[in-house]
Amino acid sequence: MSATGLGASVKRKEDIRFITGKGRYVDDINRPGQAHAYFLRSPHAHATIDKIDASAALASPGVAAVFTGQDIADDKLGGLICGWMIHSKDGSPMKAGAHPVLAQGKVRYVGDHVAVVIADTLSQARDAAEKIVVDYGVLPAVADPAKAVGGPNIHDAAPDNTVYNWHLGDKAATDAAFASAAHVTKLDLVNNRLIPNPMEPRAAVGDYDSGTDTITLYTTSQNPHVARLVLSAFIGLAPEHKFRVIAPDVGGGFGSKIFIYAEETVCAWAARKIDRPVKWTSDRTEAFLSDAHGRDHVTHAEVALDAAGKVTGLRVHTIANMGAYLSTFASSVPTYLYATLLSGQYNIPAIYAEVDAVYTTTAPVDAYRGAGRPEASFVVERLIEMAARETGRDPAEFRRQNFITQFPHQTPVIMAYDIGNFAGALDKALEHADYKGLPARKAASAAKGKLRGAGFSAFIEACGIAPSAAVGSLGAGVGLWESAEVRVNPIGTVEILTGSHSHGQSHETTFAQLVSERLGISIDNVSIVHGDTDKVQMGMGTYGSRSGAVGMSAISKALDKIEAKAKKVAGHVLEAAESDIEFKDGKFTVKGTDKAIDFASVALQAYVAHKFNGQELEPGLKESAFWDPTNFTFPAGVHICEVEIDPDTGIVTVERYTAVDDFGKLINPMVVHGQVHGGIAQGIGQALMEGAKYDEDGQLVTASYMDYTMPRADSLPSFTVDTIETACPSNPLGIKGCGEAGAIASPPAVINAITDALGHEDIAMPATPVAVWRAAQKRPRLAAE
Amino acid sequence: MVQVAMTVNGKAVSANVDSRTLLVQFLRENLRLTGTHVGCDTSQCGACVVHVDGKAIKSCTTLAVACEGASVTTIEGLAHGTKLHPMQQAFQDNHGLQCGFCTPGMIMTAVDLVNRKGNALDEATIRHELEGNICRCTGYHNIVKSIAQGAREMATQPQAAE
Repeated sequence: MSATGLGASVKRKEDIRFITGKGRYVDDINRPGQAHAYFLRSPHAHATIDKIDASAALASPGVAAVFTGQDIADDKLGGLICGWMIHSKDGSPMKAGAHPVLAQGKVRYVGDHVAVVIADTLSQARDAAEKIVVDYGVLPAVADPAKAVGGPNIHDAAPDNTVYNWHLGDKAATDAAFASAAHVTKLDLVNNRLIPNPMEPRAAVGDYDSGTDTITLYTTSQNPHVARLVLSAFIGLAPEHKFRVIAPDVGGGFGSKIFIYAEETVCAWAARKIDRPVKWTSDRTEAFLSDAHGRDHVTHAEVALDAAGKVTGLRVHTIANMGAYLSTFASSVPTYLYATLLSGQYNIPAIYAEVDAVYTTTAPVDAYRGAGRPEASFVVERLIEMAARETGRDPAEFRRQNFITQFPHQTPVIMAYDIGNFAGALDKALEHADYKGLPARKAASAAKGKLRGAGFSAFIEACGIAPSAAVGSLGAGVGLWESAEVRVNPIGTVEILTGSHSHGQSHETTFAQLVSERLGISIDNVSIVHGDTDKVQMGMGTYGSRSGAVGMSAISKALDKIEAKAKKVAGHVLEAAESDIEFKDGKFTVKGTDKAIDFASVALQAYVAHKFNGQELEPGLKESAFWDPTNFTFPAGVHICEVEIDPDTGIVTVERYTAVDDFGKLINPMVVHGQVHGGIAQGIGQALMEGAKYDEDGQLVTASYMDYTMPRADSLPSFTVDTIETACPSNPLGIKGCGEAGAIASPPAVINAITDALGHEDIAMPATPVAVWRAAQKRPRLAAE
Repeated sequence: MVQVAMTVNGKAVSANVDSRTLLVQFLRENLRLTGTHVGCDTSQCGACVVHVDGKAIKSCTTLAVACEGASVTTIEGLAHGTKLHPMQQAFQDNHGLQCGFCTPGMIMTAVDLVNRKGNALDEATIRHELEGNICRCTGYHNIVKSIAQGAREMATQPQAAE
């Protein structure tokens, strides 16, 4: 392993600009003559718009334009789309209501877009917006997904607010497993609604060049090509060749910046409309109101065991809140990203899942770090832990007894796990967590009047999303390959153009490590180009832990072509047969001789083209590739959380957190560990403190950092993070992906630890101090008390 | 409009601004010092932390006119040329950042923390003192390590007075 090759913890190249304040985020971009957009948002969760009078706003100082849904309709712009078709049990397609860019006739959640004011300064736009008079006809709201059916009808297209009633698995076989079960464990749970909260709020700058009739949109996107595709092909803003989308430095996404939103659509459209650049930057409360939220499931789940403790069946019914509109990939999250993982790490012969997706008068809900897989892992790992406890089995050994040990393994819910070593991760986690020492630590806590518990989570996820034909057969509107282009310059430096997008994932370093490894050149001679549709031809972007497994595989494939071409050039220069050329550590040699030429010299020779016939071998050294994965990848691991609870205050302290994950081959362990840390923190946030709350009128009451509790440094411990390795067989680099694992694994580990400490299962997420205090009052009394 | 003058990163600056202009707007929009970020507008997240007369403040809730005559240091003023401040170096060494958006505020807060609490900082102190800074990427694990290293190295490398 070289110092900057695969497997080395190379310090990040991108850090220098970020630690010196030279990052370039969308809000740092200003265009000459730029105007500022302010969105007038609905104060009501559900209302008809009877009249909008914007005359006073239009006459306000500095105002260039005021636009409403009518202007969008007059320009025949399409609505925002949901790109994954789900069919109900009865075969009918999902029932999606229209999602206009600016509201037309009706608003459906607090924060819905009623009008946009564009002015010379943001203050002027904001002041003018206060002068817009809107007559609303207020309608009843419904925020709770369990009350959506039978609630006020939100979209005419979706009777009973039902988008689909979907199912997966074999109902008859599952019912039979339950009928013959020796023990059944049942669980009702709510997977709490979360707000992603990347620290950089969303932003957009639309810029129109009337000379070339071209729109440039700077936007906080995880997938700028997908944004361009949707805005071109479905919304009809401009054809792709007249439309450039740039996602520069992006300050975190966690899923929320995958989607195509109203605000960037309006900035791009309005820039052409008023022939002036238009900029919008979300403030934090707008982000709470209008970024797509995550999770929000109400679930009943059951697991069946035989007398020997073997899991024989699992059945689940989930109501999934879609919010007021179907966001870009919303429909796929509680279906193919959720129920397909309900087998967990276990050999379960029969599984049946039903999912009812409903509209409510709340912000749209879509993928948030993990997207469906944290919800699945919470169901499975809570049930397994409870089943072990109810049947008097050790939770670690009960898991081990049911682990899948033979690979490949076909689950009853579509997925075919390719490889894994679940017991290996468990053993290592038990050792790191000092599980044997737990009874003594529990006794020590009890002596102080505290409650201590440990909880397991043996999670699995499907990443490397995904084989295009497979997702196409399941309803996806796109293919999920990735592209790469390798441009070798005449002096031997390299530019990698990738359709992946880094918004914290470290691609400028990790992708350069692959090039360094393969071509034997310094990472300083490699630059990674991403996030610009004019530079990179096409790409599908970064989400679902796919940039390594899919994006880097595309680069690897393009590097194969570079190496093959360079060997031909080297053969001409060294006057040897191509088949006698070997390439290692950046040098081409002729087998069995001391004749050699380095990579940079071959690059130069490829461009000067003096040593070969340009009709037989094309000059230049530039290759591209598309990689379409052959399977999902299956990162998995075992996390163990240990908590101490003060029963007098309800405060939960995470005392130890151990994660042992199998991500396949690691590119940069430092970066991998960092991804795991961040994911765990978000999962602990979900388990202990985060939760979006709408009141009965549909008002979001957690719309600032004073009301929505974010994990802070003093609410978390340092983590013990380690890995095991089974190389992924479905991509050339053997990697599985690590971006979401922490957020998928940790919520059940934390809740299992709390319930272990409490001695009962009655606690919901988030386990806030008041909730834990109440739960602690209900615990079985200890003999000493 | 009102005239405001101050020293930013050692340079005298002045401008005619709307009286409601916040310090962060003055830095970002008038001076084009875009390293200082706005993450929440409500003094909760700390992405906007700069030093005013040597003390950390949140520039998203400070009026520019309130800094008349003050000496302001932003993230752009921390390094000496190409030589990184030890706290900046520590963040790179320990992978204390991912997306980089909270990072300028974290580093400015960390330097202030060392100025107030000294160079030997335990984990509990660092975690407690970060109560005004939110990071969504790192889980704080590597930020805590970065600050501990940066604090130690600030003792051995003399810093210019702000």
